[in-house]
Amino acid sequence: MTKSLRGKSAIVGTGYYGLGSAPGFTPMDLIAGATARALEDAGLKMQDIDGICGGTFYHMFPTSSIAEYLGIRPKWSDCDQTGGSSFLSHFMQATMAIDAGICETVLIAYGSNLRQMRTFGIIDLTTFDQVYELMTPMPGFALCAARHMHEFGTTREQLAEVAVAARKWAQLHPDAVKKDPITIEDVIRSPMVSDPISRLDCCLVTDGGAAIIVTSPERAKDLKRPPVYFLGGAGALWGREVSQIADMTVSPAVESASRAYSMAGVTASDVDVVQLYDAFTINTIMFLEDLGFCKKGEGGAFVSGGRIAPGGELPVNTNGGGLSFAHPGMYGLFTLIEATAQLRGTAGDRQIKGAEIALAHGNGNVFCHEFTSILGTEAALT
Amino acid sequence: MSSAKSSLPLAPEAEFWKHLRDGRLMIQRSRSSGRYVYYPRLLCPGTGANDLEFVEIDKKGSVYTTTVVRRSDKDGGDYNVVLVNMDEGPRFLGRVMDVAPPNVTIGMRVVASIEKVAFGLYANTEQPIIVFRKA
Repeated sequence: MTKSLRGKSAIVGTGYYGLGSAPGFTPMDLIAGATARALEDAGLKMQDIDGICGGTFYHMFPTSSIAEYLGIRPKWSDCDQTGGSSFLSHFMQATMAIDAGICETVLIAYGSNLRQMRTFGIIDLTTFDQVYELMTPMPGFALCAARHMHEFGTTREQLAEVAVAARKWAQLHPDAVKKDPITIEDVIRSPMVSDPISRLDCCLVTDGGAAIIVTSPERAKDLKRPPVYFLGGAGALWGREVSQIADMTVSPAVESASRAYSMAGVTASDVDVVQLYDAFTINTIMFLEDLGFCKKGEGGAFVSGGRIAPGGELPVNTNGGGLSFAHPGMYGLFTLIEATAQLRGTAGDRQIKGAEIALAHGNGNVFCHEFTSILGTEAALT
Repeated sequence: MSSAKSSLPLAPEAEFWKHLRDGRLMIQRSRSSGRYVYYPRLLCPGTGANDLEFVEIDKKGSVYTTTVVRRSDKDGGDYNVVLVNMDEGPRFLGRVMDVAPPNVTIGMRVVASIEKVAFGLYANTEQPIIVFRKA
């Protein structure tokens, strides 16, 4: 029997910095900018941080670089690197460290100047991917999308619904990078990049930094913002290479979700607002299936008719997601930031009324690692 | 496994490439479980069995999924990447060489072919790789 981590930590501060284009800023500058805003949001000082998690595409020793830049000597640090899902994994690991009394207040941070550098900087493209020039992740997701369309009849119009919904949500967020209106027709007519994925099926390429502050539930109660509690979390790790995926229409999210729901004591139907790592439109469709919001193969039909757009039945990616809000190379941390805004009730025009339980889900590589987090308000905790 | 450096066998990947240079489509199979293993490894995944041996496999298979990676003509033009389910079970990453990229379809019957190529890691070298041609 696993000791439950339900309610053993809370997010008390969030921040982001330099979203879009940030010429001249290094990834560490962007992390620092986001950290300052997250501390300000929490009403905490740099000296309060005694744990650090994080990672970038560019640092082999990211927590060392973050600690040194910020002038912190943390009691605990961790930099599990699973791709964009890493930061949700860090959230659970921070919860474990806090619950164990190893540290009390953890910074989780990410920064990238991807737009300036024009390169992901991934240094371990696998041998066979290099042999055939499968420049993952994008063509890897295209191979999954093609198979999903073949098996279930998912259409490009249905994929496009995801991009259109994301753009409509982004229009309600003051800091979203892309807000110009798009239609399903626009998405379908945008140039192909790796069939069946077209340019508007792809996430943005932006700069930006993000940070959250996680602390103990006891300390969280004394801070200025309503705590957003960790209710449950789980990761599932199935591999690394595209060629090794057994079934390209199913992601490890089926496994991470069931364990996260179990820890939180909720099911998909209890979730008020959903934040998914939408690197490509197919990701949102597959995650809605694998996380239990609809049956396998029905994700395309599920998102149709604006069901996940503003005013729809299920609010998904209410900040506009990686497709329209921002995507500085790895997006995972932004799912937690938007979930926090929704549960605090501070999401402005895009606020989901009475949101008490949020799901934040991160993906790493091509459906290789998935991490599902369930977050809740004080009312959801008790 | 021997501990003496001098008696180490050819590394798994090195042996795989050597068989291709000899014109043979050989991949690993576990003696105990009969499972095919690709890419080449030292141990059988899952069981950890230290009993992988290279065996020749039949060249026929079907396209499991396919994409056209779009690229400007200046950079070499569009190309195809597929995953192929071999009739005997294993799955290979590859390219279909003799069909225009958008005309490669899921389920298409293909045959593995060992060829020197002008793309990727082994572009314009003496090392041939596995590619596919329409059956």
